[in-house]
Amino acid sequence: MTCTRCAACKQLRRRCPSNCIFLPYFPPNNPQRFSYVHRIYGASNVGKMLQQVEEHQRADVADSLYYEAYCRIKDPVYGCVGIITVLHEEIYHAQCQLAKVQAEIDLLKAQAPVQGELLGLQVNEFLANQNGAYCSTQSSFDPSFY
Amino acid sequence: MKSNEPRSTSSCAACKFLKRRCTPNCQFAPYFRSDEPKKFANVHKVFGASNVIKILNEVPHDQREDTVNSLVYEAEVRLRDPVYGCIGAIASLQRKMAELQHDLMVTRSHLAYYEAKPSSTASCSFVDYDPLNANMPSDFVDTSVSGGFLDSFSQNIFNMDQSGSTNEFGQFPFP
Repeated sequence: MTCTRCAACKQLRRRCPSNCIFLPYFPPNNPQRFSYVHRIYGASNVGKMLQQVEEHQRADVADSLYYEAYCRIKDPVYGCVGIITVLHEEIYHAQCQLAKVQAEIDLLKAQAPVQGELLGLQVNEFLANQNGAYCSTQSSFDPSFY
Repeated sequence: MKSNEPRSTSSCAACKFLKRRCTPNCQFAPYFRSDEPKKFANVHKVFGASNVIKILNEVPHDQREDTVNSLVYEAEVRLRDPVYGCIGAIASLQRKMAELQHDLMVTRSHLAYYEAKPSSTASCSFVDYDPLNANMPSDFVDTSVSGGFLDSFSQNIFNMDQSGSTNEFGQFPFP
């Protein structure tokens, strides 16, 4: 038995054995962490979910369960599925924006194909000097790319 | 003696699974039809029947169907990815969003040159989106024990896709 019980065994009011499965992931200094997962999933379900994975994955399981439980407590209706919904919407809008901008480029290209080639050289030079974190080597301008 | 409760003609999926009598005021019956046994089985495996009832009791009646749908979805994703569950799905979507934002930035730079604007720098007018920290609840305290799990899934999201199933979310319940 450990001298200091883990947060799970404290809340469950039981002895905390040295091989307690909750001990590494629910330390006694953070009772809220176990309280949230216990409220949403229940201690036995959490224990089962920890046991069914490899030991090196259990920390990630505990963290992801905590995050999902937190989201569910904050938003009892949608939980973290609400976040997924928002991301789907944002991706859809970004895809629409991208398609719109590409269509504008196609239109300009169609209107001035010769000018586009000349401008392409300038774009390559500009992008080579860019310090932005998101510019990749693939972004060198190729008029035929679009 | 047997209970005087009237028998339901057809038990809901929950009562069938739990092997109990399905009463007319069964709280599961409106949401777990008898022809969808797997739905309740998954939810029960991840959350447990009593926890589902507690969660349903916290929300208004008109929102309970959405609550059940989100619980079903979450349970399915968790069973498919026992390590990361919906967090893996969120990380994958954030990665896709970051790629799209990058593509949009590059494409707008190209458009700026095509338009031959007088200003020397290509301005990107899209909303200042930080894909690494998007959609995180603002009051969430990161107390991860895995060496910064949330840091790793937001900043090293390429490393998250270990299960191979984060792009397959099944039928999304909320179109």
